[in-house]
Amino acid sequence: MGIRERLSGNEAVAYAMKQINPDVMGAFPITPSTEIPQYFSAYVDNGEVDTEFIAVESEHSAMSTCIGAEAAGCRAISATSSCGLCYMTEMLYVAASDRLPITLAVSCRALSGPININNDHSDVMGVRDTGWLVLFAETNQEAYDNYLQAMRIGEAVGLPIMVCQDGFITSHAIENIELVETEKVKAFVGEYKPQHYLLNKDEPMSVGAYATPVYYMEAKRQQAQAMIDAKGVIKQVAKEFEEMTGRSYGLIEKYMMDDAEEAIILMGSSAGTAKEAVKQLRAQGKKVGLIKIRSFRPFPAEEIAEALKNVKAFASMDKDDSYNGHCGPIHAEVCTGLYANGVFGPKGIGYIYGLGGRDVRVESIQKVFAELEQIAETGQVGETYRYLEVRE
Amino acid sequence: MSYSLKENLMKEERLSGGHRMCAGCGSPIAVRTVLRALEPEDKAVVCSATSCLEVSTFMYPYTAWKGSFIHNAFENAGATISGVETAYKVMKKKGQLDDTWKFIAFGGDGGTYDIGLQSLSGAMERGHDMVYVCYDNEAYMNTGIQRSSSTPHFADTTTTPAGTVIPGKLQKKKDLTKIMVAHGIPYVGQTTFIGNFKDISEKAHRAIYTPGPAFLNVMAPCPRGWRYPSEKLMKVTKAAVETCVWPLYEVIEGKYILSYEPKQKKPVEEYLKLQGRFAHMFRPGNEWMIRQVQEEVDRNWEALLTLCNL
Repeated sequence: MGIRERLSGNEAVAYAMKQINPDVMGAFPITPSTEIPQYFSAYVDNGEVDTEFIAVESEHSAMSTCIGAEAAGCRAISATSSCGLCYMTEMLYVAASDRLPITLAVSCRALSGPININNDHSDVMGVRDTGWLVLFAETNQEAYDNYLQAMRIGEAVGLPIMVCQDGFITSHAIENIELVETEKVKAFVGEYKPQHYLLNKDEPMSVGAYATPVYYMEAKRQQAQAMIDAKGVIKQVAKEFEEMTGRSYGLIEKYMMDDAEEAIILMGSSAGTAKEAVKQLRAQGKKVGLIKIRSFRPFPAEEIAEALKNVKAFASMDKDDSYNGHCGPIHAEVCTGLYANGVFGPKGIGYIYGLGGRDVRVESIQKVFAELEQIAETGQVGETYRYLEVRE
Repeated sequence: MSYSLKENLMKEERLSGGHRMCAGCGSPIAVRTVLRALEPEDKAVVCSATSCLEVSTFMYPYTAWKGSFIHNAFENAGATISGVETAYKVMKKKGQLDDTWKFIAFGGDGGTYDIGLQSLSGAMERGHDMVYVCYDNEAYMNTGIQRSSSTPHFADTTTTPAGTVIPGKLQKKKDLTKIMVAHGIPYVGQTTFIGNFKDISEKAHRAIYTPGPAFLNVMAPCPRGWRYPSEKLMKVTKAAVETCVWPLYEVIEGKYILSYEPKQKKPVEEYLKLQGRFAHMFRPGNEWMIRQVQEEVDRNWEALLTLCNL
């Protein structure tokens, strides 16, 4: 039985970090993730962890110090949001290519401009091709649970991992949470034993090579393989986590999908709102369901295709826009996943929603289902690139 | 113990030959000399900013670095090595290591004076036990001789070509060494290759074995960018010192110490005329440029003498 607490999402993540007791944290404050290094600095200064905290002068340096520390042979962590994640982007690619399993907590926030401090997913979507593993949380509990599982996953495949939650919505809201006892956390996460590292006196190592066209592509192919392999690892780690806590996780979560004729697919805290909308519509006898994406990288294309194969209409919900003139990133990947897996039946539309903290209510989601019902009945899809709750 | 070049050269090289740097380039000479200042029993992690040095010494699957080495990106050698140094502190604290390791970063002037200045400044201010060595060749040589904030006044580069209207770089060279002094770090040295390499070797040793952050600015000429015959490298650095274009000095705990005072300060022409990048300054009608550079060198030299209480 775990420990019952009431924590904000940021504090829950900081607490998970404390329980894990990593070696080095390099971080720079940015709203709304600032509290994470703040809480953690207090653990450091009160001697509650062995970690060295590097109070860097920018997010670029935060990730650079993490790369140095992880390559040296340590567990390195950071936390950021929004423009901070953008500013790290260059180094995110290097961390992945150097195969350094750094763990980065992200409290997602919109990008400038206009400058805005509230939640959407444009920060993480902007770095979706950097080669990082990406997990999303619906609740504070999930942010905490994902963080406890993150290092196991990243270290098993040799890739860095982002643990994302929605800025303010979960990062600052206080919820009931069940914590795992620290001894159990330590046993679950284990010690970091890198195969090769800079500070190994018996085996010097060079990190960060210049690769000509003769070698570059093989290095990238190996990264791609690690991402493919991560699917199995995420499931395996979740299984062990369930044995420890009773809380079950997968690549996606299906909610009332068994006989669903209309479904929506989304990521993050809006899943809570969507579940309520589904519940109310089910009470009215409507066959609706929800797919929540937990693992955005690797993308669960097969699992989503399997879950959608019998629905008549679906909507992918993107808290970000790709500005490509036709859809957001989740819709693009869902459609590709369906096509690649031979699922051609369902009619799909994409919604851009919740940008810059625009509120998403149960009624907002029900509006989407009403549209889907129409599409399912008539077979007429209409506009596939839609904005939700916007003045036009 | 008195310095001996012969003995120093007996030490095992930490950067092996066979790398791809040009003949007559100052950069690998700076690296080998600085690394020879390490006590043979001490280990080191070397970091290089993206630069000629990096792409020429670590081209997969080969590495010229005999010890551990990390390259991260262009602008973050300071932050990267500070992460490695912090990892060392933790591992030492946890009893996972017992050897002595040193942490040395190298960057060109592009990676140090310009794009990497913030990262360097942060690392120095945070007080990591590390040495940052700038091998200053006064332009972005790796991308093809573009101007940097270290490029001297009037130099001809590919982004400040000596044209018919604009005669080379219009701005003066940034004084990075003094910017580093302003960080209040325990050791800052400015040096280059002179005589038997005593100056650079001793400064490198002090930089490495002074606890806390240290910065070394090494003039490291580039034969392609400066346009001198590769065998004339040491002649160029000697002229830089004898004309006081590049004075040798160090600042220990804030105290300025002049390392070398020429018996007879030479006119700047003696330095400028050795290099094609200043050739346009010797054309008829351009005498004012040389005069101006001489005035600037004189002013800087006098200011340095004052700082050194001379």
